[in-house]
Amino acid sequence: PGLPWPIPAPVTSLLSLAVTSEQIEHLHRRFKQLSQDQLTIRKENFDSIPDLEFNPIRGKIVHAFFDKRNLRQASDGLADEINFEDFLTIMSYFRPIEMNMDEEQLDRFRKEKLKFLFHMYDSDHDGKITLQEYRNVVEELLSGNPHLEKESARSIADGAMMEAASICVGQMGPDQVYEGITFEDFLKVGDVSAHTKMHVRFLNVDTIAHCY
Amino acid sequence: LDYQHVQVPFEITLWIMLASLAKIGFHLYNKLPSVVPESCLLIFVGLIMGGIIYGLNDRSPPVMDSDIFFLYLLPPIVLDAGYFMPSRPFFENIGTILLYAVVGTIWNVFGIGFSLYGICQVKAFRLQDVSLLHNLLFGSLIAAVDPVAVLAVFEEIHVNEKLHILVFGESLLNDAVTVVLYKLFRSFCEMPTIKSVDVFAGVGKFFVVGLGGVLVGLSFGFTAAFTTRFTKDIRVIEPLFVFLYSYLSYLTAEMFHLSGIVAIISCAMGMKRYVEANISLKSHTTVKYFMKMWSSVSDTLIFIFLGVSTIGENHEWNWPYICFTVIFCLIWRALGVLVLTFFVNRFHVNTITSKDQFIIAYGGLRGAICFSLVFLLPDFHRKKLFIAATTVVILFTVFVQGMTIRPLVDLLAVKRKRESAPTVGEQIHIRFLDHLLAGIEDISGHWGQYYWKDKLEYFNSKYLQKILLREYDQPKSSIVLLYEKLERKHAIELAQAGQLGHGPAHPSFLCSAFLCSSDRTVITDQKLEETLNPEVLDNMKEILARNLYRIRRTGPAYNRHTLPGDSEPTEQAKEILILRHKSL
Repeated sequence: PGLPWPIPAPVTSLLSLAVTSEQIEHLHRRFKQLSQDQLTIRKENFDSIPDLEFNPIRGKIVHAFFDKRNLRQASDGLADEINFEDFLTIMSYFRPIEMNMDEEQLDRFRKEKLKFLFHMYDSDHDGKITLQEYRNVVEELLSGNPHLEKESARSIADGAMMEAASICVGQMGPDQVYEGITFEDFLKVGDVSAHTKMHVRFLNVDTIAHCY
Repeated sequence: LDYQHVQVPFEITLWIMLASLAKIGFHLYNKLPSVVPESCLLIFVGLIMGGIIYGLNDRSPPVMDSDIFFLYLLPPIVLDAGYFMPSRPFFENIGTILLYAVVGTIWNVFGIGFSLYGICQVKAFRLQDVSLLHNLLFGSLIAAVDPVAVLAVFEEIHVNEKLHILVFGESLLNDAVTVVLYKLFRSFCEMPTIKSVDVFAGVGKFFVVGLGGVLVGLSFGFTAAFTTRFTKDIRVIEPLFVFLYSYLSYLTAEMFHLSGIVAIISCAMGMKRYVEANISLKSHTTVKYFMKMWSSVSDTLIFIFLGVSTIGENHEWNWPYICFTVIFCLIWRALGVLVLTFFVNRFHVNTITSKDQFIIAYGGLRGAICFSLVFLLPDFHRKKLFIAATTVVILFTVFVQGMTIRPLVDLLAVKRKRESAPTVGEQIHIRFLDHLLAGIEDISGHWGQYYWKDKLEYFNSKYLQKILLREYDQPKSSIVLLYEKLERKHAIELAQAGQLGHGPAHPSFLCSAFLCSSDRTVITDQKLEETLNPEVLDNMKEILARNLYRIRRTGPAYNRHTLPGDSEPTEQAKEILILRHKSL
């Protein structure tokens, strides 16, 4: 209704998930800007966003857009390019929590958001966050300080990892090895209220007349 | 006996002594502070003192001079509040806080003023000569929630952080509105006619007062930060600068008829980050303790004086007016909170529940600010009525609401403050989410909350830090600071437990001690000072770092094997214990 191009079926299912058509139009305009009027975006297109350069976890964010697990595709690994539908899929992870959701929907919603976060930490796609990946995250986060030594970043990551281990597994014997943080552990250890903060404001706008 | 010579300082000291002794007295009975909040007890003591003085002298006891209150007693409390304000929740909820503070206060003022005017029209109460303007003036001073009273009560009930910051932030920021409205109505009282131009001037004045206060505060704050950059060689007077600049900002704002409270808060919040990086650890502790001490003394004195000033012949007891004042205060506050929260919840994901709303409405305590403002009123024939009404409202809110709020909080099962210690992992996740959301906002082309926060951080690191920090080469992120703090705590725990002698860095011990620091009794800052000999500290840090590194080396780093039994760590441990014994 009122959109200039034919809407593929998966997008209509998104429409049913209360992303209004005005928001879709806004995102479409943005998509066209980024892709320079092409139908797909590649990683290089994200270089054109000036403010993103100063973001320490820029690499991970861009990567998340191309991560097939986030794009709800059956296969694994990274896509080379994404179309508008995929772009919308990623953006839909940042929808705010609706008032009229029931318990089951809320829980599913929360898990989806946290899974998105989890995929960002788990860069080798093996289903758990290993120490090396965690260190990677901390190093990137602290990369803004040129004078901070790598040693410090490493020890911080180690400390956090040990914290997580103790919370998830408790006291471990001397021969036990803690493989990594699985998604279940992440639900316990990660920022528990992350799903409430994880939304972008403009996706909250109510449009009164969206269909003509 | 040369009493005249020392009278003034002597009497001041005696009052302060009385206040402090009263505080000791309350805490001797363990059960008392949990049932009755301290503020009530202090007012009670004041009432007794007032009664004694009245009985002895047969005239009214000294009323608290408004100047003393506004110039000497109020600033330390507000400074303490502003300096220790947790900035993250404050800025996350700033929209809601401002809405409550500005719109809510205006709503209350006009609501109470108009309804009291309606009451005055009833012939039976003999209140006809109280004009609408007088009622509005009274409304403007009674409507504002008082930060001193709110602090005193909320500190003891430990509600969740968001609720606390909402009520508290509101009570601090509504000063700007109160100041403007009070002065506006007071000047209207003296003017023969009121034109609509004057009303618009009043509205404009509000923005000037609020924003002007922020500007004054920030400029003093940044000057303070800049000054502390050069205090490396005279550490002893560093704490003084914090207090001097904050007090100056308050006085300057008051001089220009701006909001002093807003100024001192912006000063404290603006300078905190840079000053703490520049001053030494000992100065930091000194600042903290002096602030707490001064605000505690002020707080106590205020409540005692409130009690003392209640006794006497300053009151005209017109009970209908007084009762209706109390009723209207409650009603309008509840209505205001309900309506405003309705609007707030439409724009926010984290809604304010009805339980929270009740606590916000119920926690709207009035206190000494109203009291001082009513004494500052120009002398007209109904002034004593207003004084009586103010006194009753304050006593009602502090006693009735203050005492019942804790059982109500328990009854309603309001979410309480999380008692667990912050973990490094959580900090990492919070930061990660910040950057992620800023990135998504950039990609989607939307300038939201995280975008602006990011921009501010960038501005800070590029310009502000270079000018205001002494050691710019050591910018520390909050993750690193927290980690260092926990490391330090752990190192001291290790030394105190004497564990270093028994073969250090048994990794499971290290981990459990490091991680379960929340289970142990928190080491007070005093103990920190005692054991914080720099050589010992450096040694401990080295050992800790090296041991963590060693854990990393064995296999998949956090594999919890016992360390290969080196003699080296044991030697170093013995060295540390020897050093420590020497320093004691």
